[in-house]
Amino acid sequence: MADIGFIDESSGRTLPGAGLGWLDAKRDAGRARFGALGLPTPKLESWKYTRLRPLDDTKFAPVSDAAGEAKIDKVPGLSGSAAKIVFVNGRLRTDLSKLDDLPDGVRFASLETMLAEDPAWLEANMGKVAGDAPVRAGGTGEQAMLALNEAMMDSGFILHVAKGVALKAPLEVIYIGGLTDDAVAYFPRNLIVLEENAQATLVKQHIGHSVGEYFANAVTEISLKQGANFKHYKLQAESIYATHVTTLHADIARDATYESFQLSIGGLLSRSESNITLSGEGAHAGVHGAYMMRGKEHCDNTTFIDMAVPHTTCNQVFKGVLDDESRAVFQGKIYVARDAQKADGRMLNKTLLLSNGAEIDTKPELEIYADDVQCAHGATTGQLDETALFYLRSRGIPEALARNMLVQSFLGDALEEISDEAVREAFMVHVLHWLPAHCYRAGEWTSDQLEERA
Amino acid sequence: MLEIKDLHASVQGTEILKGLNLTVKPGEVHAIMGPNGSGKSTLSYVLAGREGYEVTGGRIIYCGEDLTDLEPEERAAKGVFLAFQYPVEIPGVPNSTFLNEAVNSVRRYRGEEELDKIQFVKMLRAKTKELGMSDEMLKRAVNVGFSGGEKKRNEVLQMAVLEPKLAILDETDSGLDIDALKIVADGVNAMRSPERSALVITHYQRLLDYIVPDKVHVLAQGRIQKTGGKELALELEKSGYADFKGEAA
Ligand SMILES: Nc1ncnc2c1ncn2[C@@H]1O[C@H](COP(=O)(O)OP(=O)(O)OP(=O)(O)O)[C@@H](O)[C@H]1O
Ligand SMILES: [Mg+2]
Repeated sequence: MADIGFIDESSGRTLPGAGLGWLDAKRDAGRARFGALGLPTPKLESWKYTRLRPLDDTKFAPVSDAAGEAKIDKVPGLSGSAAKIVFVNGRLRTDLSKLDDLPDGVRFASLETMLAEDPAWLEANMGKVAGDAPVRAGGTGEQAMLALNEAMMDSGFILHVAKGVALKAPLEVIYIGGLTDDAVAYFPRNLIVLEENAQATLVKQHIGHSVGEYFANAVTEISLKQGANFKHYKLQAESIYATHVTTLHADIARDATYESFQLSIGGLLSRSESNITLSGEGAHAGVHGAYMMRGKEHCDNTTFIDMAVPHTTCNQVFKGVLDDESRAVFQGKIYVARDAQKADGRMLNKTLLLSNGAEIDTKPELEIYADDVQCAHGATTGQLDETALFYLRSRGIPEALARNMLVQSFLGDALEEISDEAVREAFMVHVLHWLPAHCYRAGEWTSDQLEERA
Repeated sequence: MLEIKDLHASVQGTEILKGLNLTVKPGEVHAIMGPNGSGKSTLSYVLAGREGYEVTGGRIIYCGEDLTDLEPEERAAKGVFLAFQYPVEIPGVPNSTFLNEAVNSVRRYRGEEELDKIQFVKMLRAKTKELGMSDEMLKRAVNVGFSGGEKKRNEVLQMAVLEPKLAILDETDSGLDIDALKIVADGVNAMRSPERSALVITHYQRLLDYIVPDKVHVLAQGRIQKTGGKELALELEKSGYADFKGEAA
């Protein structure tokens, strides 16, 4: 079997589900494929601006028991969630998870549990979406990172919602990384299936501790059947020692709605790639995000939305704030297939550069093969509006607070795309915490003072 | 209150104010009139401390203190207020939040207790009522989508809320309908007191019927060219600025 250069496999850890024939074959195929492809290089168009440098010079070990059992006192979560699965360095932590109260028709479990309880369902569903969609339309990349995940998958979760079941409260998945002596790597594999007219909200958090280098390589597959509605929110608050690569593949069937928001506020190097196929008429995808980077952080959002059939819609808003010498990449492509008439696609990327050393590479693209469509895209890059800053200061507002207000309002506009109010407020708090701390008053912003006076 | 001596100021290397002298005593209202491009807004920005408006000579003494090295927010906290000729739109920041942050920033600077939400809203409500402004305008983002007159009214609201010692109104009357003009004038008059002063920049004598000034100055070519009583405004209405245009050249 081919070695994976940056992973030290001498510990011989047994991966969950080892011994299941179909899974062994999948892992072997992934390994062979990754062996053939190697890590993505800038020669690939979709990897032009992001190099996985930490993987060149660090040797990562699979997670040892000790690393997975790191002492965690408190898991920052969302209040009011229906259930929660927590992983520490890729190990399921039942002590921190909460899975006792799931409604009928909702299956929400770790990959490990699912492999033990219902491997046949996994065999039938895993790889269904990731396998074919991106290849068909040209996709974002060579799928080396998908192959790597396939070879190494060691954690992750399954969400399966039965036909017509509407889950109101959000479900939570939390990945905590770090707190280790040696560099570790983990490979979550997530699979989400919403049957016809099912509804659910999922909040995924990737949180890093400020000690310990780690590499997270996750793959998420989503299949929304006819009329399903899925809200998918992700917080990326990885540490400055983290390399975070996620690949998402989603298939949105007739009249189904997919809404995603990714808030990236931390991580030395992150790449989030989404491949979304609108495969049935009336399908809609809202694929949004915000990024806030400082230091030497690098954040890459690459999306590919395939409007494969007539009468589909998609909307994309990504806004970011870059300070110091941080760097962001936005590559968004909306692809309208031949005959996919009446497609309506919008894409917008806006970035504020707070320092001269910060940099954004933005590449919004439309690739259209149908003739009766409405599509638009745009990108802007700028600095804080000096006139607005002076206006605020001339009213007595100190410069630092004035800057915060402007940054906050800039990002708040993107966060408006989050339709779940509780999640929007929780994410806003993360935005506020990212801002320089001495401007404490800005924190009072989320509630509308006028509403409250009644 | 305000003593400007031989003030020289440049914008992007071009000298705009060329030895301006002006003294405003506590309780006085002075009007400044003058042709387009003569430096009226430049003077107001210099007083408010806008970056890029460089003082190259002279002094600005406000309440016994030299203003030139103070940050804009410090000047505001010390009671200087500029109503902008072109109020700035700030998308995403609700007007009420903006006012709240402003009031409490100033109070913090002065070592006063901040207003809590209830106190603030009560105070704000009283002021908006006086100015005939709707609650809706408080919820909207600062000046975004406001009509020209609404923007000016919003400037006056900010002034009313901050209760400055020295108010500089840069063409606050431009773009106002007659009723709004009266409301704005009432707003300024309501603040008149022996401790407060105002500098009213205007092109129209009409405003001065409502806000009766103690003195009227003509600013042209970067200097005060003439000073008189309120009757000077009436004269200017008839004769224009022809006398002043060539003079300093
Ligand atoms: N940023 C700038 N760069 C260069 N020149 C400037 C700048 N700002 C102002 N000026 C110039 O300074 C001069 C004075 O402008 P200012 O705005 O002070 O005039 P004003 O008296 O307020 O005119 P108005 O009555 O039209 O409002 C003008 O000639 C203007 O073009
Ligand atoms: Mg002017």
